Amino acid sequence: MTIIATDALTKTYGGRVTALSDLTVAVPAGIVGLVGANGAGKSTFIKILMGLLTPTSGRVRVLGLDPTTEAAAVRARVGYMPEHDCLPPDLSAAEFVTHLGRISGLPRTVARERASEVLRHVGLYEERYRQIGGYSTGMKQRVKLAQALVHDPDLLLLDEPTNGLDPAGRDAMLTLIHRIGTEFGMSVLVCSHLLGEIERICDMVVAIDGGRLLRADRVDAMTTVTDVLAVEVSEGTEALAARLAALRLPVTREGRQLLVPVANEWTYDAILRAVADLDLPLHRLDHQRHRVAELFAQREIDSAS
Amino acid sequence: MRAETGASAPAGVIHDIGYQRYRGIRLGRRYVFGALYAHALRTAFGLGRTAKAKIFPWLIVTIVGAVAVGAAMGHQLIGHRLFTYAEFADVMSWLVFFFVAAVAPELVSRDLRSGVLPLYFSRPLPHTDYVVAKLAALATAVWVLLGGPQLLMFSVAVFSTDLTPRVVWREFTDLLPGLAYAAVWALLFASVGLLVASSTGRRAFAAGGIVAVFLMTTPIVGVLSVMPSETINALAGLAAPLTLVQGVGLWLWRKWLVTNPDQQPALDIGEFGPLYGLVTLMVIVACVGLLLARYRKVAAQ
Repeated sequence: MTIIATDALTKTYGGRVTALSDLTVAVPAGIVGLVGANGAGKSTFIKILMGLLTPTSGRVRVLGLDPTTEAAAVRARVGYMPEHDCLPPDLSAAEFVTHLGRISGLPRTVARERASEVLRHVGLYEERYRQIGGYSTGMKQRVKLAQALVHDPDLLLLDEPTNGLDPAGRDAMLTLIHRIGTEFGMSVLVCSHLLGEIERICDMVVAIDGGRLLRADRVDAMTTVTDVLAVEVSEGTEALAARLAALRLPVTREGRQLLVPVANEWTYDAILRAVADLDLPLHRLDHQRHRVAELFAQREIDSAS
Repeated sequence: MRAETGASAPAGVIHDIGYQRYRGIRLGRRYVFGALYAHALRTAFGLGRTAKAKIFPWLIVTIVGAVAVGAAMGHQLIGHRLFTYAEFADVMSWLVFFFVAAVAPELVSRDLRSGVLPLYFSRPLPHTDYVVAKLAALATAVWVLLGGPQLLMFSVAVFSTDLTPRVVWREFTDLLPGLAYAAVWALLFASVGLLVASSTGRRAFAAGGIVAVFLMTTPIVGVLSVMPSETINALAGLAAPLTLVQGVGLWLWRKWLVTNPDQQPALDIGEFGPLYGLVTLMVIVACVGLLLARYRKVAAQ
């Protein structure tokens, strides 16, 4: 099922600044990463999805609805976590999330129940009755996430959810987002400028740069195809390279190790057999997973040349 | 709790039931508007807020209430009124200024400052509803501030005399213009105050700006009213919110506002009463229009 679909989506500000340019992408249900440098058009994209900005041209559909004409219906089913600070310091998390639950149309008692429930799910327990002003950055990020969840949306839009967090906090937040995407039955769109961080939890990555689509693909499709095995033997590297080349495996040498792209499961066995036949002391056989970031970098170089 | 459930469950295994989807009702636009209005009205009096936020509104409420009780008692003791219900707003004008200057920034500047607006506008709440709910809440708060004490005076007057229907009716017909005049006050000062407050996220600046708009405009009226032209003198009151609303009062409820026939009212509006009414209406409409334009921009940010 397609959650977000855009067709030649373009947004220019005052005819000069182009935030999005001819963006066509279809996003299936699941956890999707939207990556791009600062100013790539991620926030503009999210605002168009919620009907807060009207696209200059092109079409957009969210959960099967058109946000330019059915904004209220879209917003009722979408939860949004902004990038910047958005919490009043002098309210408690419980009061604040309850209030926003009511603004999403939940009856008073339901809003209160759901507020405590989502605050529990994001990991705030007794602290939820304290004023938000006294919270740590990590706790504030959790409150921001809770307010996006309180009305039980079908789609979560998270703008830089790990902003300002320390490494442990980042991991905890990413684990939480992964749990929401897999166990809560919601689709999640995570914006980030750190690809390496979100590729771990995403099913799909959409990369944009300067408002243009760089690449949109499933993470497993991107990585498995170009998985590389790194072989390192204590001696006889040349002999092994020759043997593998004879097996028509495209071997490349990098320092003391040999890199062999994984074509299928057979590659792995072939290398092991070759090492055993030559009776070489195997030092290391590694699955070198290409980072998605390298793929984008490679692609940019390709398109530049 | 856990042990209890464990004992009653035959399997003896407790599972975390995990996240549960919400399948109940979701209420529509009117409910959401009402929720925001009620929240803003409570905020105006510091309810559901810290003790610090309660001090100023309740100080003003106390003073206004005390004046009303004093006036009602005075009426009983000396036998004639110190001021009518309608005059109550004029007597309390400064407190209304300070009340609006304190509350309007609480309602809108605080939201701008904390950046909470994207959370509102990403929900099914149109920016027009946000503006109207906040404005309605502030106007209600001012109206309650002026009308509540009048009701207090009314009940003292009614219950401390012999309860003849004639007395009650006379008091009641005096009270109604008072409440209506208070409503004009509330609408005008709420819309001007909210517009000024919506321009900045800093509460102190917003409060200062509101007091400035309400007070700094009165010298203009003073200058215009001593000009050697009767027309200009009669139109002078249009220049400041305070004299503008007083002009509307003199036009519609002169009988209740000019109680001493020998004494000329401080403000002379000549034959321009309807113009005062029209300008008041235009100012309110213009403020609402500007507020809507302002928040259309904010919502898209």
